[in-house]
Amino acid sequence: MVVFQMVWKVIGKNKIPTLIQELNKEYEVFTPVKKENLVFFERVSSGNEAFLDFQNTKKSPKEVFFPQTEILFTYEINKQGVEIEKAPVLKRDIVLLGIRPCDAKGFLLLDKFFSSGEYKDLYYLEKRRNTTIIGLACNRPLSTCFCTSMGGAPFGKEGMDLLLQDINDKYLIETVTERGEKLIKKLPWLKDAENGDIDKVRSLSRNVEKAIKSKVSVEGVSKKLDGMFDNKQWDLIHEKCLGCGVCTYLCPTCCCFDILDEATTKWKRVRIWDSCQFSCFTLQGSGYNPRPSGKERMRQRIMHKFNYFPKNYGENFCVGCGRCVQECPVNFDIREVVEAISTDIWREKDE
Amino acid sequence: MHNVENSIREAAKKLLSEKKVDLIVGYERGTLPLRTTPCFVDKAEDVRKLVWNENCDANLSKYLLSRKENVGVVAKGCDARSIAVCIFEKQIDKEKVVIIGAPCLGLIDKKKVKAKLDGRELLEATIEDEQIRLKGEGFELVFPKKDFICNSCLTCRHRNPPIYDVFTGEKVSEAEVDEFGEIADLEAKPAKERWEHFKEELDKCIRCYACREVCPLCYCKTCFVDQTMPIWFGKTNDLSDTMIYHLVRAFHVAGRCVDCGACSRACPMNINLREVVKKTEKIMKERYDYTAGLSLEKIPPLGEFKIDDSQEFIK
Repeated sequence: MVVFQMVWKVIGKNKIPTLIQELNKEYEVFTPVKKENLVFFERVSSGNEAFLDFQNTKKSPKEVFFPQTEILFTYEINKQGVEIEKAPVLKRDIVLLGIRPCDAKGFLLLDKFFSSGEYKDLYYLEKRRNTTIIGLACNRPLSTCFCTSMGGAPFGKEGMDLLLQDINDKYLIETVTERGEKLIKKLPWLKDAENGDIDKVRSLSRNVEKAIKSKVSVEGVSKKLDGMFDNKQWDLIHEKCLGCGVCTYLCPTCCCFDILDEATTKWKRVRIWDSCQFSCFTLQGSGYNPRPSGKERMRQRIMHKFNYFPKNYGENFCVGCGRCVQECPVNFDIREVVEAISTDIWREKDE
Repeated sequence: MHNVENSIREAAKKLLSEKKVDLIVGYERGTLPLRTTPCFVDKAEDVRKLVWNENCDANLSKYLLSRKENVGVVAKGCDARSIAVCIFEKQIDKEKVVIIGAPCLGLIDKKKVKAKLDGRELLEATIEDEQIRLKGEGFELVFPKKDFICNSCLTCRHRNPPIYDVFTGEKVSEAEVDEFGEIADLEAKPAKERWEHFKEELDKCIRCYACREVCPLCYCKTCFVDQTMPIWFGKTNDLSDTMIYHLVRAFHVAGRCVDCGACSRACPMNINLREVVKKTEKIMKERYDYTAGLSLEKIPPLGEFKIDDSQEFIK
């Protein structure tokens, strides 16, 4: 166990641009940025671009480590054979500033997926290992936020290196990891926090957590799903789903991908996002698809999040950010499905 | 409004109990403010779930495409028109569908509401007498409803379904609106600027295909972008790839699109997808005096060959 000194610093909100400016000298800095009415995580080149007065970003920040389109390598076939050119490596380390606790927890789940087992995903890990995460606690969770049901919290520190906590005109910065401490040491101009401020965020954290009203009883759902692969409810719940990729693409944990070769002047091997809701998901070369209809594809989404992943990695594959709930074109609400399984409605209807 | 809702329930109940249909596709309350969700009712006693309001925004004709049973469907003007196109194109069997037509009062555009609230979350919304009341943490605001009506509804001339089997409520008067006014600015721009505009818009696309999946006319068994043996078009989210997807889709729905606006409402990235197709709709109107989905008999201009076609585009 690494022992480091837990420090609390404080930064005025008006000093955030200065902080970003300074970090920019050494790191690739990503922050929430407001574009028209939507907020996205983007690489910023100046401190003023950061927009921290948001509830949650439209897309999750997973694309920093797992881009929607990623060139794995390029190659050329010539008389000598095949010449492979590796994808460019990361030039500078990354700082992500303004990550919500749900999304930070999402990174920990993605870490399990991309780094467990025999084969490690070097493309993901290289970026991930060289990133410092400066989180931003949630003072105003959305009505669709159910992080507390998924083991998270609006002031959760899991997956953070540093955590910013908003008190009026300043942020308290809590050091969470050694990596966070290292970064803090590079910023000697940050003032120490006062005890009164620390007490303030502690009580704020309790109050905000209590204010989260959206609850999903996920306890035991994984086990219940074990016997539900053939439950009749799958025939019904997928009916309104039209099979777009909004839920999975905006999700901080969905990470299914496809790999294909693209020809330009050279060949490129490209990894792109895939979605279990698409009709060509798991479509095999023979033309056979083990998930031929919306029923199997919806079952895959629910099972992966609440049964397969918990079995393989010990945790649900959902952090309760609520993006899929907010954005589904037909208002398919995953909370209702989990609740129905949890309260045995599915089992009863199946009998 | 309640009147229409009651008549929809009555009509649905009658159809189910007389066994004229096996299933009703309609709307029920959603889990969020200003939302409804598609619902499927197969028992007469469940018709009370059905609702009718300004948030019934999904185009339910999409749900008729793959059905084998007899279905009753709740349809606004635009929905009924897309059903008509699908019937004409033999994607929906006319004999198996009962259209429960309902007069549309214009849909609320959630994105306009979001823009107005500028980051504050909507927790409750009520609509009464042409006014909309928006409530959230620390605010309660009242606006005229018309401020939040979808652009596709603002330019609509067919709020009453032109085809239906049962009509619920009373017909509303059709507005005399400038159907194509909203693209006038874009049309006036030089080609280069238009190109830049489309590039900027389509660059936001994440290829979730929500626009395609909600579109009742996107029913190809395998969409051209999903062709993999061999691959037809790039599948990345680079602009060149997304551009091809949207432009080919626009070509594909040209002369068929009824401008229900489902694509624009579904887009999570707020791309104004209607704009791309609206121009094709205008061309169809100007050249052929044709509006899609108004008749089950008239052959669409792009669906027939005429020896005396002016063919002025061939120079």
